[in-house]
Amino acid sequence: MIYLELLFKFFRIGLFTIGGGYAMLPLMQHEIEINNWITSQEFVDIIAIAEMTPGPIAINAATFIGYRVGGVLGSVVATTAVVLPSLLIILLLSRILARYQEHAFVRSLFAGIRPVVAGLIISAAWFIIAAVFAPALSENGAALPVDYASIGIAALAFLLVAKYRFDPVKIIIMAGIAGMVIF
Amino acid sequence: MLPMIEKEVVERRGWASAEEIMDIFALSQSLPGAIAINSSIFLGYRLAGVTGAVVAAAGVVMPSLLIILGIAVFFTSLKENRAVSAAFTGIRAAVAGLIAAAALRITRASCRSWIAFALALLSLLINLFTDIHAVWVILCGGLIGIVIHYYLPGRVKLRKSGDEKP
Repeated sequence: MIYLELLFKFFRIGLFTIGGGYAMLPLMQHEIEINNWITSQEFVDIIAIAEMTPGPIAINAATFIGYRVGGVLGSVVATTAVVLPSLLIILLLSRILARYQEHAFVRSLFAGIRPVVAGLIISAAWFIIAAVFAPALSENGAALPVDYASIGIAALAFLLVAKYRFDPVKIIIMAGIAGMVIF
Repeated sequence: MLPMIEKEVVERRGWASAEEIMDIFALSQSLPGAIAINSSIFLGYRLAGVTGAVVAAAGVVMPSLLIILGIAVFFTSLKENRAVSAAFTGIRAAVAGLIAAAALRITRASCRSWIAFALALLSLLINLFTDIHAVWVILCGGLIGIVIHYYLPGRVKLRKSGDEKP
């Protein structure tokens, strides 16, 4: 039953998305690789759309993948499932959460989780970069000419955000325009 | 999204004080899920109990759901269009750059000691070269954090959690 599977897997993704929306990427990547829900190209498209639209990337990706896998009902199930852990945890634990937030035990827990999540996000970034640039290499085995324009856009986007703190939405719009002109 | 929540809740509605909302944001950050969603659920719960929490969750997710659903429905046919497909070739390249920048930012924020750096490297290698699910990697990270920082004698002192925010 596809809806139960969506419910379980997106609940798990929601439960382990610790440390902001990007922490969802490695979890989602894993499910995509195993289940073949969508292609890695489509995954990149979803991230692009999620960056452009309001709302957390985790929610947007859940809605999109849910729709692809199980139609409108699938998208509702996946979106609900990804939010459900937050809702349950807050409803059940909200009284004790505030009290133990600064507790050394809890802080130790997060001191271990944060760097691990960072490592996972780097590997998800690698997966995404490979998905963007690898098709040129893997199609019928022969290496296609290197796509300098794409590499240039990627390098420029990286520089503008990492160094000059540009708004990602503007960068995506500019890249879209550049794409229409170049490709 | 957080500044919008703050403005609406503190300035316009008076549902919480500026300090309360900061506490809620801080707490939301250390819970699973998106910070904006968690904060909304917290506020809903505080204002109107379980019903409030559920309504707030539904309300904050609904716009994303509708927008993305709309895009998802038309996306396949849109992609047939040459201009759109060319635009997305450019956008995909930009996303690669954006994600790399995000990974760098998050790594910088969360790897401030050699232990943290080693943990990040280890989890990177595990995720790249094995099929171990990310969930197990995260759980092990938490366990190692507890052992190193809480149980080991002469344990490594942690800074105030406020300093470690990504």
